[in-house]
Amino acid sequence: MTETLLEVKNLAKHFPIGSVGLTGRPDHFLRAVDDVSFDLHRGESLGLVGESGCGKSTTARAVIGLHKPTAGSVKLEGQELAHLSARQWLPYRRRMQMIFQDPYASLDPRQTVGSILKEPLTIHKIGKPRDRRLRALALLDAVGLNPRYLNRYPHEFSGGQRQRIGIARALALEPDILICDEPVSALDVSIQAQVINLLKELQERFNLAYLFIAHDLAVVRHLCSRVAVMYLGRVVEVAERDQLFENPAHPYTRALLSAVPHADPAVEAGRERIVLEGDVPSPHNPPSGCSFHPRCPERDRVGARCSSEAPTLIERDGGRFAACHLED
Amino acid sequence: MGDSENRVLEVKDLSVRFDTHQGTVRAVDGVSFYIEEGETLGLVGESGSGKSVTNLALLGLIPNPPGVIDSGQVLFDGKDLLKLSIHEMRKIRGNRISMIFQDPMTSLNPLLTIEQQLAEVLEIHRGMSRREARPLCAKGLGEVGIPSPEKCLDSYPHELSGGMRQRVMIAMALLCDPKILLADEPTTALDVTIQAQILELMAKLQKDHGTAIMLVTHDMGVVAGQADRVNVMYAGRLAETASTKDLFDRPMHPYSKGLLESVPRLFGDASGELFSVPGQPPDLASLPAGCAFAPRCSYAVDACTNTRPELTVQIDANATSERLVACTEAARVLAADLAAEPADGGAS
Repeated sequence: MTETLLEVKNLAKHFPIGSVGLTGRPDHFLRAVDDVSFDLHRGESLGLVGESGCGKSTTARAVIGLHKPTAGSVKLEGQELAHLSARQWLPYRRRMQMIFQDPYASLDPRQTVGSILKEPLTIHKIGKPRDRRLRALALLDAVGLNPRYLNRYPHEFSGGQRQRIGIARALALEPDILICDEPVSALDVSIQAQVINLLKELQERFNLAYLFIAHDLAVVRHLCSRVAVMYLGRVVEVAERDQLFENPAHPYTRALLSAVPHADPAVEAGRERIVLEGDVPSPHNPPSGCSFHPRCPERDRVGARCSSEAPTLIERDGGRFAACHLED
Repeated sequence: MGDSENRVLEVKDLSVRFDTHQGTVRAVDGVSFYIEEGETLGLVGESGSGKSVTNLALLGLIPNPPGVIDSGQVLFDGKDLLKLSIHEMRKIRGNRISMIFQDPMTSLNPLLTIEQQLAEVLEIHRGMSRREARPLCAKGLGEVGIPSPEKCLDSYPHELSGGMRQRVMIAMALLCDPKILLADEPTTALDVTIQAQILELMAKLQKDHGTAIMLVTHDMGVVAGQADRVNVMYAGRLAETASTKDLFDRPMHPYSKGLLESVPRLFGDASGELFSVPGQPPDLASLPAGCAFAPRCSYAVDACTNTRPELTVQIDANATSERLVACTEAARVLAADLAAEPADGGAS
């Protein structure tokens, strides 16, 4: 792999909930993200997958400075970002941009497409107004939209087209890193495929690094070279794509993969599915030890250690990382 | 197959329009299909293709205005459901035909306990008292795998997780042992591990009760695992009807083919570009004169832009059940499928 762009170490984000006494100090914390570490290299795409509430979106928001991390560090080419103020963040945000899930909520309905695309350039004082207009036209072209759409409003576009506008806006500042929070999950299958292909094409063209958050494992498989799996605020496994999909190390990854329905009746009829018992526990009151142990189909093979001691994410055979006592 | 005696529900030429400020939207346009006893019929399509409206129309739940049922018959038990009074329809809904909705967060009343909501079904359809209903409600909750049914009965919806709420919805829908269960995206709002639980549960309950299920979904994976037959909808019309095996092995409508090819897979080659259907879904308020899919279709010929194809029986030598396709070029699509398939008939 090439140079490391982004280095996230022991990142944690706890949200205060409820308060007691006269001090009004919070007495409970929701541990949305706990001790998450990963690297992102130039030009690669790292998938961050997990079920709702596992902390993947919170991780993304903490990385880009929309949430202030409770602990840990986020370094962009060696520069620590975790403790910066909003103003200090500004020059770094030029290098790191975000694409959101909902193309209906993430564009201002009262701004024209041109004004949406020019806004980042205005904020960062890049170019003269005339240049900004030309840049906006080039951006529309890059994401496969007709440059004549410059003066239209978001409501005139379909979901897929709006997501293209969101992507164009994120590209306006020529960032190195795009943080994509479920960018295709609100789109229909035929449109989803168009946007996945566009993201792939743009990555090659601009040598972008993606932190790609999704709950759809098949989408991640098509876009990402490495994948991190999260469960209840922690990363339980990180591996190269093919290794993760063909030979997952963590029991949760195995269950997650086996739960995904395949669009093939012959495969569906013939396979044995690992159906997990119970629900995802609340991050407000996580289980002791390994937070997956109450649902884990393998817990009997290890014994009491699973409920008493939290496993750490360490390197296993073949360069993959997993947090599971079974692998120790 | 095609034996009309096994049909529990038959929809003939159903059309629903909505009169909006943007013009008349033909949400469902001349749709005909049937459901056989004990089968699972998948209804797939993308947002706005009319699948939910079809579902709602069957139970007389189209809001009027703006919705108007223009034409059609929904035959159930020798009666046309579209001709029944509100009062007669209420006796069928939740009793003989039940429905589960996509969002378990909003389809339960937050102000009532689970017991109040479940018992209401039996009070209305079976004339039971609350006390008589309670043990049956508890039994129903046990059947859908809720760990402590008695405790659950006294809970409010906010105390339950999404998966548990969907189980409660399923228990409620099955309390009166309906002939047909209409499930509108029942697992879309759930995580995959919970989805796997609910799908397994629905399959088990169907086996036990012999309920026919119409499964509305946009997820081709869910359909592949659950449905016996599939209807594919596009722009308010049926594009194709086939057995699940035939559809996934050899789609005959260019839209079905495109849809199946654009699904990202968990196996096989993932390095290349995904197949994608070009263009955007049509605006239902201003549909083209010919086939609605023609502007996005790689098989389209000149005639497609001015004549609208009807759903007709197609010849497929390997068909496991009747194949209906609304496309004049269906034979060419089939030929392309067969050319791409491995020589052994391909179980891939």
